[in-house]
Amino acid sequence: MEQAIIDPAQVKGWGIDADPKNDPTYPMRTRTGEEHVGYRWERPPLQPRTVEVLHSNERPNVSAVFGTSTPPSGLSGMLRRAAFQYSESSFGHWLPLMLADRISVMEGFLGDVGRGHFPNIFVERGGKAEWKYNRTAVMVPALLGAALASAALIYLYQRRPTEERSRARRLPARPDAA
Amino acid sequence: MLAMNFRGPQRVRIDEKPVPEILHPQDAIVRVTRSCICGSDLHLYNGSVPDTRVGMTFGHEVTGVVEQVGPEVENLKVGDHVLVPFNIACGKCVFCRQELYGNCHESNPEATAVGGIYGYSHTAGGYDGGQAEYVRVPYADVGPVVIPEGMDPDDAVMLTDVVPTGYQAAEMGGIQPGDTVVVFGAGPVGIMAARCAWLFGAGRVIVIDQIDYRLDFVRRYAPCEAYDFRSIGDPVLFLKKTTDWLGADVCIDAVGAEANGSPAQNLLGRGMKLVAGATPALHWAINSVKKGGIVSIVGVYGPTQSLVPIGNVVNKGITIRANQASVKRLLPRLIEHVQNGILDPKALITHRIPLEYVSDAYRMFSAKLDDCIKPVLLPPAARA
Repeated sequence: MEQAIIDPAQVKGWGIDADPKNDPTYPMRTRTGEEHVGYRWERPPLQPRTVEVLHSNERPNVSAVFGTSTPPSGLSGMLRRAAFQYSESSFGHWLPLMLADRISVMEGFLGDVGRGHFPNIFVERGGKAEWKYNRTAVMVPALLGAALASAALIYLYQRRPTEERSRARRLPARPDAA
Repeated sequence: MLAMNFRGPQRVRIDEKPVPEILHPQDAIVRVTRSCICGSDLHLYNGSVPDTRVGMTFGHEVTGVVEQVGPEVENLKVGDHVLVPFNIACGKCVFCRQELYGNCHESNPEATAVGGIYGYSHTAGGYDGGQAEYVRVPYADVGPVVIPEGMDPDDAVMLTDVVPTGYQAAEMGGIQPGDTVVVFGAGPVGIMAARCAWLFGAGRVIVIDQIDYRLDFVRRYAPCEAYDFRSIGDPVLFLKKTTDWLGADVCIDAVGAEANGSPAQNLLGRGMKLVAGATPALHWAINSVKKGGIVSIVGVYGPTQSLVPIGNVVNKGITIRANQASVKRLLPRLIEHVQNGILDPKALITHRIPLEYVSDAYRMFSAKLDDCIKPVLLPPAARA
């Protein structure tokens, strides 16, 4: 069902930024006369490289500043280095990076355990908030998991004596049994 | 210091990390007073942005107090309370000089398509972000702005991204007086885009989403018509009918890669990640805009390919405009709007959460628990 159309005249600030010249509009360049100059501006001072920084092969250098968070390391780091051999236009760039991201989750987990910290995944996934505001979302998978685990245990418990019985049936009679 | 620590898709926690240091003569170190979780952080949280490394700290919507400045910083001093635009911009490269501050060429070595962004993966420069007690702010003379006296810090933190992005979404629409504007997405940016569409003289504003509480909110806040796409059948057909069969003059995609509405795209883009997210919002925007109309995109997509009906863009003669918001360019006007009571950004903040509970905050925002629209993280010192 369609709702009532709002009367623009009643809206605070209506038309305050209206400008017939706003078409064409942003993101347009403010013309500075440097449009055709290329990569030749006076660069800011360069941040010293204290960690390994990968750079896109679509530029000749590292930007003047850069982040130093989580430099590449381990197997994921090897993949990231390989990815940067390809341009941003190539799957050869992005797919290894996505794979490296997944591998780095495992590396992070192992790193945590190696430092004696077993991650509390329930808490990291915001389970407390989910429990408080959407208990069903916690309960359903938990109950489903419990049900599946119980079913598996019951199956294994019932299967074991059957196998043993079968094995017993297959055993040859002892010579002295007669 | 305490800092958010990404551990993998949908896993974050609070950890101790070293306090950042001055690494460049134009750096500042800022003690964080407010740090929002942005809708685009959810793309990182869900593992959709390539080169999001385990151990990184997210957070690109930050206010804070300057604790330390590098030797070449002239405009800021220790003790200044600043709002920090999410773009890291040098102010010197040709793109910054053209006011394309979201496209700075001297702040992101890892990708040329986008400039540096705080805490937004190595695809945006590899900077640790502001969901922490302290953050390193490069080019401190260019981006940060001292919060005007009397401005509520909650308003200030919304000026770092949400307000400029929503405003630029409307601005890029080239809205002319009387235009019908459709905004896809009633998250914080979509809400702000709908509000700002009126400032440019829209004659009618319609928002499409599927979350009832957000639709109620935007209906009151913008104000506007707001529809649940699940209750209107085919959204494109609905919009054609309600615009006298020609379509909207301007459509705004304020959703990005996490859009719902297409099971096939959900499977390909969000489940299997074979394409850069799910694009039904952009698909609807292209198909429901008028011939010769404008589609403005501020929703965030991954850098690989996305499924969009590009043939219809050609056939309908649509203009597509898109970019990361150029926050520095827009701030003077937007500060005026906040000070004059035209815009009330802090009204979007529904949850103020201690930084220590960052895992719960992400969950609440991501799963839309407790009618969450915009969560703000408060470090311990900001709560004292």
